[in-house]
Amino acid sequence: MTALTLTNVNKSFGDVHVLKDINIEVEDGEFVVFVGPSGCGKSTLLRVIAGLEDATSGEVRIGDNLVNATPPSKRGIAMVFQSYALYPHLNVRKNMSLALKQERKSKAVIEQRVAKASKMLDLEAYLDRYPSELSGGQRQRVAIGRAIVREPKLFLFDEPLSNLDAALRMNTRLEIAKLHDALAASMIYVTHDQTEAMTLADKIVVLRDGRVEQIGSPMELYNNPVNQFVAGFLGSPAMNFMPAGFVSEGDPRTLGLRPEDLQLRTDGELTAAVLHVEHLGGDTNVIAQVKGTQITARLFGQHSIDQGQTVNFGYSPERAYYFNADGLRM
Amino acid sequence: MNKARTNPFNTVAMHGALILYTLIALFPVFVILINSFKTRKAIFREPLALPDAESFSLIGYQTVMKQGDFFLYFQNSMIVTVASLFFVLLFGAMAAFALAEYRFKGNTLMGLYLALGIMIPIRIGTVAILEMMVASGLVNTLWALILVYTAQGLPLAVFILSEFMRQVSDDLKNAARVDGLSEYAIFFQLVLPLVRPAMATVAVFNMIPIWNDLWFPLILAPAEETKTLTLGSQVFIGQFVTDWNAVLSALSMAILPVLVLYVIFSRQLIRGLTSGAVK
Ligand SMILES: Nc1ncnc2c1ncn2[C@@H]1O[C@H](COP(=O)(O)OP(=O)(O)OP(=O)(O)O)[C@@H](O)[C@H]1O
Ligand SMILES: [Mg+2]
Repeated sequence: MTALTLTNVNKSFGDVHVLKDINIEVEDGEFVVFVGPSGCGKSTLLRVIAGLEDATSGEVRIGDNLVNATPPSKRGIAMVFQSYALYPHLNVRKNMSLALKQERKSKAVIEQRVAKASKMLDLEAYLDRYPSELSGGQRQRVAIGRAIVREPKLFLFDEPLSNLDAALRMNTRLEIAKLHDALAASMIYVTHDQTEAMTLADKIVVLRDGRVEQIGSPMELYNNPVNQFVAGFLGSPAMNFMPAGFVSEGDPRTLGLRPEDLQLRTDGELTAAVLHVEHLGGDTNVIAQVKGTQITARLFGQHSIDQGQTVNFGYSPERAYYFNADGLRM
Repeated sequence: MNKARTNPFNTVAMHGALILYTLIALFPVFVILINSFKTRKAIFREPLALPDAESFSLIGYQTVMKQGDFFLYFQNSMIVTVASLFFVLLFGAMAAFALAEYRFKGNTLMGLYLALGIMIPIRIGTVAILEMMVASGLVNTLWALILVYTAQGLPLAVFILSEFMRQVSDDLKNAARVDGLSEYAIFFQLVLPLVRPAMATVAVFNMIPIWNDLWFPLILAPAEETKTLTLGSQVFIGQFVTDWNAVLSALSMAILPVLVLYVIFSRQLIRGLTSGAVK
């Protein structure tokens, strides 16, 4: 069964056309990540799904129900906001139980669900604290707990980790992954961090300027990007692009090479001047220039390469991507 | 305050300036208070002297009490002030919420129209207001005053409150919508508590002019049973003789309730609740 179906969804704010003909399906229990550069309409799309904005045209179905005219609280969704959005005047317990009270659930049910969620998220010690008395990570967990207690069919996360520091972000990412396994609910997760996207997603939706560029599993998108934008967006460091003319005279296409597919070879086709070397211990990133185009090579292990040196990079031809003038994969 | 960030000289200078200002501001009040406890002669002979055994007198207070209706005036002033503040805050906050929260046609225009009231003094419309009150039979009722003061306070209230309500995080309101709170619940349970400091500011700004106003009570409700304190005190000020003892005593007593209201509101000015809501 499908948890969410978007059919030709459009959204305009006045003259600004923000979402353009969005078609997406989310299966039951699937973890779908929306990625895209800032301002591409990820949050807007999420808010349309939640019912906080009306779609200008198109259909939003959650489960089997057309929900275009259903208020957010009746859609069977729960949302976690980037800024946590905890009620400042309520303590953690009341923050988590407010929605259930609105649904007129019995005291026992509320009690039991809050207990279960707070156990899952390690929040039991903080139930009587107010949001201002919690750390950032704890606040984020409360925000997630507030979503869990409602037992929604569909979870919506809008960049839930962007306010956390790197270590906490990694922990919380793992927690969300565990949560997804434990709850077996469908989740939609917005981020512009492609590591989060790659590690969490069953399916990634890449958006640009309000349009869906490609939908697929992380590895599908990584190995088979339909266009230059998707190829450049996923993967870190990003894919290198250069005129294919660099390696075969007169070729008008654009050549794309992933940094890890470049190898140091004395007979390599690409002669590069090293600009900078990043020694990461396990890997070495070499930033170099080929005929005025900057490229990055990710070499496994440690290498002693100096700035200003000239090196040759080679690659296996089956790892090369080619794009036409419109950026489409060939 | 953080010790590392304060410099003793600055602290002294700052406190000195504030204390000086406080003294200057409180001096007239102090003079009124001490003179209200003195005999008439002593008031004129040495206006700045403290009352001593010889000059001490409660004659002013006695006159005011004997004037009989003083407590009624007092009550009228209190009712008018509190009711007007209540309506200003309620309607002002509601209008501000609508202007800040909802996108509808004419939103900006409506905001400008409401702000117009800040620039045009309501007294310009006195004659029209009086005609309306006569037509609706509200002359010589406290409602006449309450309605006028509510109208007078609304523009600034809407202006200030809508500015503050725009600062309440959208995510917070949206979270409440997802949680199933109605728009009214969002307004009363979420937004109002967060803009409480702004509400208190509006209340304080509106309270004193209403309490002190002489113009509208004189025109709209001069009857004995609807006189406000300020208007009632005028009986002691004659064209030829003024009973200074009584005037000063009445004024001293009039300060008290404003002081109480002020303390109530200013406690609300303390921020702190909002921290931790977002980010
Ligand atoms: N209320 C609004 N009125 C007009 N334009 C809006 C409104 N809300 C969003 N937009 C526009 O819609 C576009 C998409 O905004 P959105 O917030 O969805 O971006 P996003 O992908 O979530 O970006 P980010 O990663 O920075 O959060 C932006 O160009 C923004 O300017
Ligand atoms: Mg966003």
